[in-house]
Amino acid sequence: MKIHEYQARSILRGRGVPVPRFEVVDDPAEARRVAEEIGGMVVVKAQVHVGGRGKAGGVKLANTPEEAERHARDILGMDIKGLTVRKVMVAHAVDIEREYYVGIVVDRATKGPVYMVSSEGGVDIETVAAETPEKIFKLPIDPVQGLTVAQAAELAAHLDDRVEVVGQVAPVIIKLYNAFVQSDASLAEINPLVVSPDGKVWAVDAKMNIDDNALFRHPDIAEMRDPSGESEELRKAREMGLSFVKLDGNVGCCVNGAGLAMTTMDLIKYYGGEPANFLDIGGSSSPEKVMTAFDIITSDPNVRVILLNIFGGITRCDDVAEGLIEALEARPLSVPLVVRLTGTNEIRARQILAEHGMESAQTMDEAVEKAVAMAGGQA
Amino acid sequence: MSIYIDERTRVCVQGITGRDGSFHTGAMIEYGTHVVAGVTPGKGGQNRGGVPVFNTVREAVDETGANASIVFVPARFAADAAIEAAEAGVELVVVITEGVPTLDAMRLYRCTRELGVRMIGPNCPGLISPGKAKLGIMPGAIHTRGKVGVVSRSGTLTYEVVDSLRRGGIGQSTVIGIGGDPIIGTNFIDTLEAFEKDDGTSAIVLIGEIGGTDEEQAAQFISEHVTKPVVGFIAGRTAPPGRRMGHAGAIIAGGKGTAEEKIKALTDAGVPVADRPSEIPGLLQATLGR
Repeated sequence: MKIHEYQARSILRGRGVPVPRFEVVDDPAEARRVAEEIGGMVVVKAQVHVGGRGKAGGVKLANTPEEAERHARDILGMDIKGLTVRKVMVAHAVDIEREYYVGIVVDRATKGPVYMVSSEGGVDIETVAAETPEKIFKLPIDPVQGLTVAQAAELAAHLDDRVEVVGQVAPVIIKLYNAFVQSDASLAEINPLVVSPDGKVWAVDAKMNIDDNALFRHPDIAEMRDPSGESEELRKAREMGLSFVKLDGNVGCCVNGAGLAMTTMDLIKYYGGEPANFLDIGGSSSPEKVMTAFDIITSDPNVRVILLNIFGGITRCDDVAEGLIEALEARPLSVPLVVRLTGTNEIRARQILAEHGMESAQTMDEAVEKAVAMAGGQA
Repeated sequence: MSIYIDERTRVCVQGITGRDGSFHTGAMIEYGTHVVAGVTPGKGGQNRGGVPVFNTVREAVDETGANASIVFVPARFAADAAIEAAEAGVELVVVITEGVPTLDAMRLYRCTRELGVRMIGPNCPGLISPGKAKLGIMPGAIHTRGKVGVVSRSGTLTYEVVDSLRRGGIGQSTVIGIGGDPIIGTNFIDTLEAFEKDDGTSAIVLIGEIGGTDEEQAAQFISEHVTKPVVGFIAGRTAPPGRRMGHAGAIIAGGKGTAEEKIKALTDAGVPVADRPSEIPGLLQATLGR
């Protein structure tokens, strides 16, 4: 789950990381009030879950409270990559002498967190990684032992050689790591970590992504979810435990298992069709789940056929068949349905389908070919 | 022969009294697996379908000689349950549970490694050595005894491939689903190494998907260390970048982890890659016939 910059800043501030004073507002007059209280130059920043806010005009400096109000008026309601800005953060604009990058990600290869620091802060770190990888210093961290003081000092020393700066950066590095672990983050970064001309260190922008699987441990963070950037379909899918990604084709897919769902999409393409979506219905398949899945799929007007492809392992085919019949009786489909059910309790499932005048394709190839033909035939 | 499990494997089921745990215990026993114990804290002394239930894995191991454990415990307790099994002295821990927090998986990985215990998963379908033992949730009936080893990051896609093999008359030595999470206990390379050493395996099917670089590393390993023929399949050719495709690990990020790169890496390592699961038996026969 992504959280907003202001939320990540709050988490870091709560752990003693020096964060320039800020407040979040949703109306321009409030922006002016905050700018007055902060005094001096402020920055007004759009709080939306997309990158490239600056380029889109969603980040502006203001010399006076009046200017802050004007900027807030411009930015609030602005559309950035399809998302409407509903909140802006007004923050003290720190003078910048140097900008660094410090961040932690989960590394699949070392099976632990990796700390990354770079003296090239303030720019997109993926660009630095692609163009000048030697400017990023990476240090794998033992997740059981945690980050040691010596490692923090080593990381800080890669950024600056002034004792008084290193003495401020190292504690920030430790606090960011603690925030990463204690929030169950999958990513935590400060970019830029600024050294101001008076030699003070400030976390000027912060970003954290939280492991969805660990949200049960963090009800406070779970509450930070901003549903405004989420479509109705995505919200429904998330609440029902379905994994859904909208695509541009006309063959709707409802599949159990992510690998099989991707393969189903690939096969649709192979047979000359275009998938309308990725949808993994997950382990259990209650009638509610099947019904929700079909609702989500058919809310896309492009969809001409639904392909239900289930290979039962932990999912029992008879359960799916019963859920399917129940779902169809409660709400008949507006588009044709191609069913392929196989695996655990398959024979019983075929009986259930047959009792209701339905049948299941024998193979995935057969089911996909049929669905693609039906989608094309009605175009 | 087979890898990791065979007819001598004595299984303890953690979370045996839950819905999935009890259903799949039945299916594992029906398949002929020696399920010797179950563990659910607080339910020790009970009996589930002829299997004695213990409060701890330690008791289960001491009383029944269990040497492997399969974990169906809910996500928030799964890592601790698996660590308990590793500390109790089993040689193999299979974590079926989906949704284990990444930091827990990291801790679990370190613990099992230090104890020298093989961990498979989390978020995996488990493994099966057809005709010998099944530690997992796959439908046993689609598997047939034979000499092809199968390793996969997926669950149901693996069943699909195994079903194709069955239709093509090709049996399997061991089929293993290593899981779709970013942090997993056993990876492609571990499994390829085991299949290469196993006398009962004469060819290998590797089923990968978008995200990460495990398939690329596997390709490198194959070109350097694997003498047995390998056939590949990669899911997610049509997946758009930047969108997570269900599995936490299945995402094309920063232009990395695409199906094209993985297919190229495998092809360069001499591994033919099937366009569809149903092509795999044909490719295997062609490779074996060479």
